[in-house]
Amino acid sequence: MTESAPRKTPLYDEHVRLGAKMVPFAGWLMPVQYTSIVEEHQAVRNNVGIFDISHMGQFVVDGAGAREWLNTMLTNNIDKLDTRMGQYTFLLNERGGIIDDLIAYRIEDQKFLLVVNAARTDEDFAWLQKHLKEGRSPDRPRGGLETAAPCKLKNRSSNFGGGAIQGPRIPELFHNLFGKAVEIPLRNHIVDLTVHGMSVSVARTGYTGEDGIEVFFRATDAVKFWNAALEKGKPFSIKPCGLGARDTLRLEMCYPLNGSDLSPERNPLEAGLGFFVDLTKPNFIGRDVLLKTKENGPRERLLPFRMKEKGPPPRPHYAVFQNGEHIGEVTSGTLSPSLSWGVGMAYVSAAHAKMGAEIDIEIRGQKFPATIEKKPLYRKPAL
Amino acid sequence: MNVPDDLLYTETHEWIKREGENVRVGITDHAQSELTDVVYVELPKMDRQANAKEAIAVVESVKAASDIYAPVKGTVVEVNKALEADPGLINREPYGQGWIFVLKIDNADDLKQLKEAAAYRKQIG
Repeated sequence: MTESAPRKTPLYDEHVRLGAKMVPFAGWLMPVQYTSIVEEHQAVRNNVGIFDISHMGQFVVDGAGAREWLNTMLTNNIDKLDTRMGQYTFLLNERGGIIDDLIAYRIEDQKFLLVVNAARTDEDFAWLQKHLKEGRSPDRPRGGLETAAPCKLKNRSSNFGGGAIQGPRIPELFHNLFGKAVEIPLRNHIVDLTVHGMSVSVARTGYTGEDGIEVFFRATDAVKFWNAALEKGKPFSIKPCGLGARDTLRLEMCYPLNGSDLSPERNPLEAGLGFFVDLTKPNFIGRDVLLKTKENGPRERLLPFRMKEKGPPPRPHYAVFQNGEHIGEVTSGTLSPSLSWGVGMAYVSAAHAKMGAEIDIEIRGQKFPATIEKKPLYRKPAL
Repeated sequence: MNVPDDLLYTETHEWIKREGENVRVGITDHAQSELTDVVYVELPKMDRQANAKEAIAVVESVKAASDIYAPVKGTVVEVNKALEADPGLINREPYGQGWIFVLKIDNADDLKQLKEAAAYRKQIG
């Protein structure tokens, strides 16, 4: 990722104090776990856990042309987004490949917060800035924002941090932290709140499949917020959770991880995420290629699978076979802590990509049977 | 971290316990804590002959797969089948019920290549 020494989030000292195992990730030193990935995973599924997401990038796009311009940069349709709501969307290159997946929050009518992946923050910003400067979009190849009014793009990543608090006990924790009378934002909504004198934005979003919030705060408030959340979360058995649990939680839900399941060589239709692409929009970068992909069907598809027998967990880059024919590659794999079973996602040639199809995963030279499944790999048992 | 004085160690974090002509092998407390929750163990085949530093077993955590090496040249004469049902034994009792295999050693002199507890403690800091 980066040649220089990994950066530390404002919560670094707190992680070390809590006994976290710190590892380099996307140019940052991040906690991979505090006590155990499995324990942290279960805390989020059963109670509540808190993750440092301060490494993620935060951009603000602001100005009379913000909405129109962003709609040419991102795949989802921002016009469908009410003020104070967020949507999952993609930033694509001209080949339709995924530069990043992100959440765009509409903070005001013409003001947006984009929360992007840590590993891509610099690249995303440079890409957006270049296009904003040139005023270039697919229908204006020579530049010049003919219709869109101007807007400004700001990278506030260094001055802001974030925490994700996820798990079924979040409503109780929310009221204990923010006050009994304060309403928790609805799903995908974002609100500005004050807590212990700190101004924060709270979004009802997450990456775990559980109910939860993501809170964005000033970097200078990070430690105070983190400790307040841990303190107020005590009655609900809150646990600090690392990247290890974040990965197993998201994989059980089949949420893609950029850099593993998504890349500039893959487009959202191949990844099975066409729901977040609005091809009826008149123009956005990558649209032409996606139209062609849609017409011809993707060559390969990203699909979840489950091992048929107890055995070694699947891992990224393991080869996928069917009747001896090499048909794809695993991009994410683990032993699911909720299912105690090997699961993963793989790109498989479209001809073989059938629900319920039997495949083999090659692990250290030996083939292990698996079945192509439906998303998500894990469903919460009904109470 | 627990590094018992009566065992020998490798740079790759295996522990070795001399049992006559055999050695019992597992991974150290430090290694299990680095690997985190062990979820799968691929045991070596019985009667397999291995050279020193040859990968003969695999320990997998939630996050990754790690090779386990034969500490000295020898033949596999026993494997810990209990790990197939309960791989977490490696985390809970790395020096006890979490042992992985037993090698019949070719040459007892080879054991001189291994580290004493003090040297291993120094290695892991």
